[in-house]
Amino acid sequence: MSNAPAIVAAEGPIRRRPVALLELARKNRGVLVGLALVAVLFLVALLAPVISPHDPIATEPDNAYLPPLSPGHALGTDELGRDQISRILWGARISLPVAFVAVAVGLVAGGLIGLISGYAGGLTDLLLMRVIDALLAFPALILAIALVAALGPSLRIAIGIVAIPAYARLVRAVVLQLKQMEFVVATRSLGATPVRIVLRHLIPNLMNPVLVQVSLSAGFAILAEAVLSFLGLGAQPPTPDWGQMITTGRTFLPNDPWLAIIPGVAISITVYSFNLLGDSLRDALDPRLRR
Amino acid sequence: MAFSHLLELENVHTELSLAEGTLRAVDGVSLTIDAGETLGIVGESGSGKSMTALSIMRLLPRSGRIVEGSIRFKDRVLSDLSEDEMEAIRGTEMAMIFQDPMTSLNPVYRTGWQVGEPLRIHRHVGSGEAIATATDLFRQVGIPDAKSRVRHFPHMLSGGMRQRAMIAMGLSMSPSLLIADEPTTALDVTIQAQILDLLRRLNREYGTATILITHNLGVVAGMCDRVIVMYAGRIVEQGRTEDVFSHPEHPYTWSLLRSIPRLDAEPHEPLTPIEGSPPDMVHLPAGCKFQPRCPFAVARCSREEPSLLQVRDQLARCWVTQAGTELNG
Repeated sequence: MSNAPAIVAAEGPIRRRPVALLELARKNRGVLVGLALVAVLFLVALLAPVISPHDPIATEPDNAYLPPLSPGHALGTDELGRDQISRILWGARISLPVAFVAVAVGLVAGGLIGLISGYAGGLTDLLLMRVIDALLAFPALILAIALVAALGPSLRIAIGIVAIPAYARLVRAVVLQLKQMEFVVATRSLGATPVRIVLRHLIPNLMNPVLVQVSLSAGFAILAEAVLSFLGLGAQPPTPDWGQMITTGRTFLPNDPWLAIIPGVAISITVYSFNLLGDSLRDALDPRLRR
Repeated sequence: MAFSHLLELENVHTELSLAEGTLRAVDGVSLTIDAGETLGIVGESGSGKSMTALSIMRLLPRSGRIVEGSIRFKDRVLSDLSEDEMEAIRGTEMAMIFQDPMTSLNPVYRTGWQVGEPLRIHRHVGSGEAIATATDLFRQVGIPDAKSRVRHFPHMLSGGMRQRAMIAMGLSMSPSLLIADEPTTALDVTIQAQILDLLRRLNREYGTATILITHNLGVVAGMCDRVIVMYAGRIVEQGRTEDVFSHPEHPYTWSLLRSIPRLDAEPHEPLTPIEGSPPDMVHLPAGCKFQPRCPFAVARCSREEPSLLQVRDQLARCWVTQAGTELNG
């Protein structure tokens, strides 16, 4: 029908969303590295039983306090002679699921509150936001400790609840902004119900900012889990947990500092990976910075 | 059965509750439109023209409320309908086009998908059929290379193209009434003309009654059978377009027509703006609402508000012309 050559290029296959994420990774090095690091972390957690050289809770009292780079124990052993690298690898199996569940709780509950608050407005908005303010009034970790005390040793839920305000406020802010756009009224003028507008027209527009928040709050969740375990509120010995490994290692800092340093490095790398991914995604998705 | 209009507004009052107080955005508007007709509603910002349109669609903002009057559409009283029944009418029997084509389309969806949205909502068609219909509609509204344009995201289209897509969306269910709220304001002049041409053509070909809301008198002159001039939420003049343009009977219309820049003016001849500023809708003056800015005002104007009465060939809300005086100056 048309003979304009420029149009032919536009006839390419329709690109789907997941591919768009890989596309971003290809263009933005931060996204690429962050995504790769996070993928490696998940692989480690998944494959820990396969790639660990030793049983993480098997004690070898004869081989206690081996320094890193000892034969057979690449990162040394702890005060009971347990292999450090195996404990670190298994520790990922504790930390990542906590992050996963905490993010899910924060995202679903916070997202729902933000959507309702932003779209309904008025008194509903006022009440919901005061609840969120109440949550925000406590420092995040104090609130998490209080929640653990109240809910029992269910760290993931407690950390998830702490993450709710960030999601609720983010989603509400974006919804308020979207509501100003004429397409919302325009879609209503076509006969769309409010539910359809929220589900099919607003939520897809929320994906980008929420994706950024998911990466950032996963980093926060891992750090919070480590802190709570460090304080003795998380996994109990002999479970290999990074935060709890630091607690034990603390006692031996003067003579055998690696016992505390190694899990600390593991936590840092994990948190850094998620934050790098989140920050780079934010930059890559920011339309103002897009070329 | 007696002759009935497609749409009939009778003494409609719409209130907006704002922080500054409650204001009557629409104050006693009565109007009719018949099948196939084009009606222009003219007025400056805040004169109540958009609020009239949103009252008809029942899409008022949360702060807005119709407090009095009735709106009849095809023998149904719209205020009696439930929200579900109203949703069934929107998009199928009446549709609306908005001012800003930049934000009227959802940025995350392909234009074809969106233009097919009314079909999915009302006829529950599959996505393939919706896209096919959207392609067809794109052709009808003059979007070149419709087949590939339906796959484009809104940001890939120009403003005029997006407005065409909006029109396509509004027309997808062949409504009998189309309300176009300043459809050309955000577009540049050549594109404006194309969009108006398109609206006129669709009006002729499909007999879609069209309400064109604008602050541009030229747009009305070229396109509408009848025109309504609004000021401070009221209709101040109403009549056939040629009557209103050739001999305005309300000083506001008269001033509006005089303030249009003319091509045949002397070089450096100053423009003639309307003196004063639009009224504060929360604290309206007593009497005629235009009286503080009116060059013809007499003592009675600040005491009593005139009604909308027959003056020559049209209706006007003015003591001066109702008394037989001609507007000159």
